[in-house]
Amino acid sequence: MHMPSSAPGMPGAPHTSHEPVIAVRDLCFAYGDEPVLDHVDLTVERGEFLAVLGPNGGGKTTLLKLLLGLLAPRSGSVALFGGAPRAALPRIGYVPQYSTARLDFPVTVQDVVLMGLAGTRRGLLGRHWSRDAASIDRAREALDQVGLSGMEKRMVGQLSGGQRQRAVVARALMAQPELLLLDEPTASIDPQGSFCFFEFLGTLRGPHTLVVVSHDLSIATSTFSNVAFVNRTLVHTRGAGLTPDMLTMLYGHHEKTCPMGAFISSVSGLFPVLPRMDELPPSGATPPVSPGAPDPSDAPDPSDAPAPPDAAPSPAAKDA
Amino acid sequence: MLDALSYDFMQQALAASLLASIACGVIGTLVVVNRLVFLAGGVSHAAYGGVGLAFHYGWPVLPSAIGFSVASSMLMAGVALKRPEKADTAIGVLWAAGMAFGIILIDLTPGYKADLMSFLFGSILAVPVTDLYLMAALDAALLAVVALCHQTLLVASFDREFAEARGLPVRTAHYLVVGMTAVGVVMLIRVVGLVLVMALLTIPPFIAARSARSLPSMMAAATAWSTVFCVGGLALAYRWDVTSGAAIIAVASAGFMAVSGAGVLRRAIGRRNPQ
Repeated sequence: MHMPSSAPGMPGAPHTSHEPVIAVRDLCFAYGDEPVLDHVDLTVERGEFLAVLGPNGGGKTTLLKLLLGLLAPRSGSVALFGGAPRAALPRIGYVPQYSTARLDFPVTVQDVVLMGLAGTRRGLLGRHWSRDAASIDRAREALDQVGLSGMEKRMVGQLSGGQRQRAVVARALMAQPELLLLDEPTASIDPQGSFCFFEFLGTLRGPHTLVVVSHDLSIATSTFSNVAFVNRTLVHTRGAGLTPDMLTMLYGHHEKTCPMGAFISSVSGLFPVLPRMDELPPSGATPPVSPGAPDPSDAPDPSDAPAPPDAAPSPAAKDA
Repeated sequence: MLDALSYDFMQQALAASLLASIACGVIGTLVVVNRLVFLAGGVSHAAYGGVGLAFHYGWPVLPSAIGFSVASSMLMAGVALKRPEKADTAIGVLWAAGMAFGIILIDLTPGYKADLMSFLFGSILAVPVTDLYLMAALDAALLAVVALCHQTLLVASFDREFAEARGLPVRTAHYLVVGMTAVGVVMLIRVVGLVLVMALLTIPPFIAARSARSLPSMMAAATAWSTVFCVGGLALAYRWDVTSGAAIIAVASAGFMAVSGAGVLRRAIGRRNPQ
């Protein structure tokens, strides 16, 4: 499903080729002698919404850094929009884990969002953005989009964790990226927040291709088109829900009496099967769906899916 | 009291205070928001190695000290970048090693002994006019660099990972901040002494950060606070005939405690009477 790339507000020349947005081939990476990613393949097509799930230390963030060209693969290849990752940086919106930014920094929310325009020039010198009316308007629109209207003049330290997270999403949207990469976006989201983060990300699909990394399995109930499970190796499925096999890959075998084991064996009844992506082409690049996963063509109508969404997040899964 | 202003040495001390405050406000703000205070301490102490080299071999002092501290600061900056978990230790080692190296070299030099106390506390009341011009040039250079690279420095300081992902020269920015700190600190040590430089590098930016809404406004406020402390300290030193550098630091520290104390008090009252 190659979405028309001339969506409104898209920067630069429209991307009309049939290159996948992300093409990772036989990728290996190690820190020293410790293999982190082992023969990983991954293809993400335009307009897809991919969740990358896995335990902490499983290689999710490393995969993101390889996609951004901040790390170089040991072997294999990473291509973004058919080219080198560094060359694609202007087309990527990156939302790092919020812990990387400084909370006591003297900067307003508006200035944080304007920083999203950085990267238009490569040198140390010069201006990346100006505070003209057009940029200010764009910043206001980006803040409206994430539900932070009227917060422009607040200091970034005055925002709650969840609001800060949305402000950095607005910052990423400023550059009107074709691909959005989000690292653990729910890490600092207030759970009672009225703003449903993943529902919001779902609305960005279409003009944007999205990749969200998380260790939080509860997000698997959201509106993804694909799910990839990373724990040194990677299993990529399209349009399928969690299966006990996938959880076993992530968290290992557990006795039935162990809470983790009980959780894994109960999973097939817990999680709804994600809606089938009818518009997905049968992609040869997709690895075979894990044996335990239901055949997408047998998937029940989403409205028949039994599990209530609030049953999904299990403390046992998060502690693993 | 005002008759003090009629003395040349006092006018020059006030000019030196203002010029040093501008440099400290600019560098100190970058040092504080990038959490490089310990690194700045290491760089400034290690500079004494350069002073020792200059005395031992008869080299000019200022270029030797600047060269030595820029070299050691690049070493520290490299460790801070590549092995952040080791940065603390590496800075501590270079801090002590540079200083000991300088003292040994001066011990081995026959004849005139440079006074360690003047390195530590400087002599703001005896600043030659040429040094005032030198400091003015330093201020102009610092302001020009910061004005030209302002946005890159801002993004790289606020969120390094994001800056990298936008393709910004984050490493270069890091080395630039550390290098500016090294050069600036050495030039200021010559005038006001090491201890006063560290005080002016940290206390005014800390106070300024409480109300600043942007990096430039934090730099301006830090410069203003620093000037206030210097003038207050000089007045104390004149009135009671105490060491000027120490008097300035005493005023700055009192200001630091007053502001912190007021903050603690305000929070405590806020907790007791919510709204």
